[in-house]
Amino acid sequence: MSGPTSEGELAHAFREEWGAVVATLARRLGDLQAAEDAAAEAFAAAATAWRDGVPPNPGGWLMLTAWRKAVDAHRRTAAVAVDPQVLGELALRAQPEEAAVDELATEPRQLGDDRLGLIFACCHPALALEVRVAMTLRYVAGLTTKQIAAAFLIPEPTLAQRLVRAKRKIRDAGIRFEIPARPAQRLRSVRTVVYLVFNEGFAASGGDALIRKELCEEAIWLGRLLHRLLPADAETAGLLALMLLHHARAVARQAGGRPVPLEEQDRSRWDRALIAEGTRVLDEALARRDPGSYQLQAAIAALHAQAPRFDDTDWPQIALLYGSLARLEHSPVVEVNRAVAVGMADGPLAGLAVLEPVLASGALEGYSPLYAAHAALLEKAGYPERARGAWARAAETSANSAVREELLRRHD
Amino acid sequence: MKYALLIYTPTTAEGYAAAAKATVHEADAHGGWVDYTRAAKEAGVLVGGEQLTHTDTATSVRLRGDEERLITDGPFMETKEHLLGFYLIDVPDLDAAIDWAARMPVDDATIEIRAAMSGMPWQLMLD
Repeated sequence: MSGPTSEGELAHAFREEWGAVVATLARRLGDLQAAEDAAAEAFAAAATAWRDGVPPNPGGWLMLTAWRKAVDAHRRTAAVAVDPQVLGELALRAQPEEAAVDELATEPRQLGDDRLGLIFACCHPALALEVRVAMTLRYVAGLTTKQIAAAFLIPEPTLAQRLVRAKRKIRDAGIRFEIPARPAQRLRSVRTVVYLVFNEGFAASGGDALIRKELCEEAIWLGRLLHRLLPADAETAGLLALMLLHHARAVARQAGGRPVPLEEQDRSRWDRALIAEGTRVLDEALARRDPGSYQLQAAIAALHAQAPRFDDTDWPQIALLYGSLARLEHSPVVEVNRAVAVGMADGPLAGLAVLEPVLASGALEGYSPLYAAHAALLEKAGYPERARGAWARAAETSANSAVREELLRRHD
Repeated sequence: MKYALLIYTPTTAEGYAAAAKATVHEADAHGGWVDYTRAAKEAGVLVGGEQLTHTDTATSVRLRGDEERLITDGPFMETKEHLLGFYLIDVPDLDAAIDWAARMPVDDATIEIRAAMSGMPWQLMLD
């Protein structure tokens, strides 16, 4: 995170422009591929047309140029394919183009609706989760296919194919670039996608890098966009707060490529500005009295962030919050975290009592953090032998090589 | 847009009977399928629909170029689930189609939603 004119933010400013053009065209054409092609042509045209100076309203220029390119392209293909009805509609829509596009380019609410419509289409539950993630990164965040393929360790042609298929499905299956009539359920899918991007960056599930910072920053950027577009939605704010509060600790979470556990982190390296922003966003969200799992998780992260030293952590409160979260989510992963918090608040035996049913159920077989939590509790409870076995299990089940090496180094 | 809602249910006799329960054959006006069909009709989205006989009564005709037609007793493919029937509806978008699929009065079924192509020349023959 650096100043306001960092390269990353300039790249975002460009991508923001591109994203706005794609979103508006996609919504009006109902075809993401056509929108993407027209946007590409408009940006190529800008490269030459702007050589002698950027027009006063670059966004409007790009929007209008892209719209004209789209209409041209449609006329060209329409001459071959027979669909007079669509051509007629498009010609009608193209009539007041200048006025309409001027209005589109200057009317923030309309632009916002276009962006949201595109987000909802990319995150539609009728697309596979990994496809939703790729579509959102490509068309909302504006990453290239190459960047996305690299981030998720998949071959670029495979990813490109998935995107082509998804665009065709959106068009042919009748997924619309609109804010749904009852957005609650669809919004859950949007938040899931954004948080998945963040988590993939925060706790890289595969590969060698411990934290892929760029993915976290993309997710936060998406979270900010979503929060700006839907300021009244408490869980969307909760998601943004959660990501900010987690990301504030990113620098301190590793040293020399090694993961550093929470209790050993140098808290002076935590990003105070991000913590302040995350806490403010969370407070506003909680004031809406519409609790949810992202807000609960953000509240837990905020309690960690607020403790000056590890020993000052308000574990009883954190254990309570995990209890609320467990009631809401019925997730064994939450139970693991609750066991750790209860272990800190009420002693290791109490923590083990929470963990035992999870271990017995086998629901998290092969989930490395489960064994790490078990090992730490066993150690504190005075069972070094059993703890060693659990540490070994944690190491062998970890897919992240940096985490695996650190576990072996500490507990072998 | 027109969508086919294809209702797949277990092929077993019990599966077929369970899914077809309270169908249009039943005099009880509160039967689930009667209500469902009426709701679709009253909403103005219903284009058509059929309930098919069990796949053990299916006949398949295989066509391969100039070869003589090959008739077999049985379905195209032996599967654990089969097509019980379908509705054809006309709604604005996929979300609306998903909502109609989700309203169906069945416990154990998968509804495959397929959007219909539009603007094909042969479709002019339908009117």
